[in-house]
Amino acid sequence: MKTTIPEQELMDKGHMACLGCGGALAMRYLLKALGKNSMFAIPACCWAVIPGVFPYSCMEVPLQYVAFEATGAAISGMEAALKAKGKKEGVTVVGWAGDGGTLDIGIQALSGAVERGHDVKYVCYDNEAYMNTGIQRSSATPKGAWTTTTPVGKTKFWKQTNKKNIVEIMVAHDIPYTCTASVAYPEDLIKKAEKMKDIKGPCYMHIYAPCPTGWKYPPEKTIELSRLATETCIFPIYEVTYGKYKLNKNIRDEKKKPVIDYLKTQGRFRNLDEETVQSLQMYVDNEWNKLKKKIECFGEDK
Amino acid sequence: MKMVLSGNASAAYGSMLARAEVISAYPITPQTKIVEKIADLIASGEFKTEFVKVESEHSAMAAAISASLVGARTFTATSSQGLMLMHEVLHWASASRTPIVMVNINRAVAPPWSVWADQTDSIAQRDTGWMQFYCESCQEVLDTMLLLYKVAEDKDVMMPAMLSEDAFLLSHTSEIVDIPEQEEVDDFLGKFEPEMILDVENPMSFGSLSMPHQYYYEFRYKMAEAMEVAREKILEVEKEFEKRFGRSYGGLLDLYRCDDAEIVLVAAGSMSSTIRVAVDEMRDKGVNIGLARLRVFRPFPVDEFRKLAKNARIVAVLDRSFCFGYEGAFFTEVKSALYDMDVRPLVKGYVLGIGGRDVTLDVIHEVIEDCQKTKETKDEPFKWIGLKGGEE
Amino acid sequence: MGKKYEIEYKDYRDLPLSPIAKGTTLVFKTGGWRTMRPIIDLEKCKKCGICWKYCPDVSILIVDDYPKVDLEYCKGCGICANECPFDAIVMVEEESQ
Repeated sequence: MKTTIPEQELMDKGHMACLGCGGALAMRYLLKALGKNSMFAIPACCWAVIPGVFPYSCMEVPLQYVAFEATGAAISGMEAALKAKGKKEGVTVVGWAGDGGTLDIGIQALSGAVERGHDVKYVCYDNEAYMNTGIQRSSATPKGAWTTTTPVGKTKFWKQTNKKNIVEIMVAHDIPYTCTASVAYPEDLIKKAEKMKDIKGPCYMHIYAPCPTGWKYPPEKTIELSRLATETCIFPIYEVTYGKYKLNKNIRDEKKKPVIDYLKTQGRFRNLDEETVQSLQMYVDNEWNKLKKKIECFGEDK
Repeated sequence: MKMVLSGNASAAYGSMLARAEVISAYPITPQTKIVEKIADLIASGEFKTEFVKVESEHSAMAAAISASLVGARTFTATSSQGLMLMHEVLHWASASRTPIVMVNINRAVAPPWSVWADQTDSIAQRDTGWMQFYCESCQEVLDTMLLLYKVAEDKDVMMPAMLSEDAFLLSHTSEIVDIPEQEEVDDFLGKFEPEMILDVENPMSFGSLSMPHQYYYEFRYKMAEAMEVAREKILEVEKEFEKRFGRSYGGLLDLYRCDDAEIVLVAAGSMSSTIRVAVDEMRDKGVNIGLARLRVFRPFPVDEFRKLAKNARIVAVLDRSFCFGYEGAFFTEVKSALYDMDVRPLVKGYVLGIGGRDVTLDVIHEVIEDCQKTKETKDEPFKWIGLKGGEE
Repeated sequence: MGKKYEIEYKDYRDLPLSPIAKGTTLVFKTGGWRTMRPIIDLEKCKKCGICWKYCPDVSILIVDDYPKVDLEYCKGCGICANECPFDAIVMVEEESQ
């Protein structure tokens, strides 16, 4: 059989993720790339429960569950201790958190950890809401989305603001490596994770991880949806290495799909009005153009 | 080697002597001199440690927990707002069974802003599962740090410990401190070698979800048991410390002239030194007063209080904090420790020193006079000493 | 439950110091969650590896170089069937007990 990604599994079957969970796939791929010499810190998020209850765990690497806002601090402590004990060489310290624990409550500790320059890798699997607590909005929730705290109703009470751009916030921290990745492109994700492993210094990866339960779509569409997110330029796949931008998946203008194609696949966007759909299209186009300009000005060959 | 050290500097030297491998701390008045001294010692090459200059106290404790789980001996220090910001992760540290040692500078809690001595900050952490010590001198701070690492890291204890010293009164005042030799401390403490650590050679998951029917309840019971074991360990280790270094601090409850005392004052922290002077003055006048310094608040010295109370007529408890909606914490806990006794002394409560209000010799004498005036066996529950507009 | 993976602590003294999990989730047979089951037609299968690659539950095994669904754990999400470029996988209703 043709295998385009490493065959070794470091995540056991029998875990508690929902059917079609993008987050489960994301972890499976990351572990393949980083290998068994990895040490994880995981805060409150779906992945605090996916590995199962005590005394069972699906993870075949050491893992510490930490308080919600503490991921950045935990990995800083792990790295410092490994260094103090002369055990850091060859060990990858990973903070693995959801969008809530990264963009909202966890942003301070993340910012602190990367600013101090610890040799740690921070990976956010973004399912665009506080899913583990029952689908409440986060700053990563896209504008227009239904969540339990933005339940649309009769007053257009969907999420009012656009997604917080944590990727560019990380680029602004001047760290060695920042990137986005998607479960639709595992080869790209794994290649980037392997690259992060070899860099000494803080790295950030933002993984698009769809959630059938929270986004209200049938679970078999997870990969199809992820692909669509990139083809509509809603979730561009790019990386920034020492300040140099590179687009990994270029979507040519003639191939670029309209956002409505993406929105209509998910129940969370069901009640959007024409005005909001248009504003979303404008927003996506704007962000995409900004990114293309950055690549032009700060590309690898500049 | 003897040096003139402040309370803060004593804490910094304590962490160096203990060979703390990871220090994660955030500056806050009046603890700043601890982290600055540590930074100096690192910069001069004297102290080899990983100093993580975290961006908040919550992160300081979170980083310390992870470092400890990797197997590193960890230290942090804070005060007041910082200690309270850490509250969530203080629980995390004790339930993760990480023997972190922390120095807390007892400082008042805002608003209003205040940087002065007050014990509210640490009293508010009494339920977090941390051992709590209150120090009276700079020498005691340094010595207690070494004692705490040994007790906390004992494999039958494995609970974190905090040492509190009063803001400015102890943190910023200096005395001659005898700094033990490094080799002696190494021999006394040994290395921190926990059994279960985060290790790529032996992957395990630390802190997973546990259900009501199994085993959350049992894990909490194990913590309760460990605190009881700590009681014995503290006394054991103090004996060993005395043999090696020639100093001791009276165990959990440090008694001064209590044997035949009719009135015993109970207090923690720097005001104890003032009370000692008052005790001597009264004794010279022929009045039998004693001081029971609450050195260890957690685990609470129940037996020591019962033994003490056998001979006293009045036990006057001084709280430098207050639990709104009831009374001072020391007051409540001393009373409850004596509840089961057939014959009990009268326990009187005094609230003073909050927000750094000075506890002078006059203030102590006011307390003693109030106790002497007490003839009945029942009196009003507690008094706030020196309140502007309060009854004198 | 998978008997050979089961861990039980009858006495609090047997527990580790804190909630430190050493067991594996292989004890949980998540196959019981299924309402739909994938069936792979080996005739149509071109061994492209896509179904194995995209399974979130690590439930497609490689057996004699062909994909095989691990029915003890497969939750029936249907990603494999949806992604197969050769329509070699169909989802059928799980039989009632």
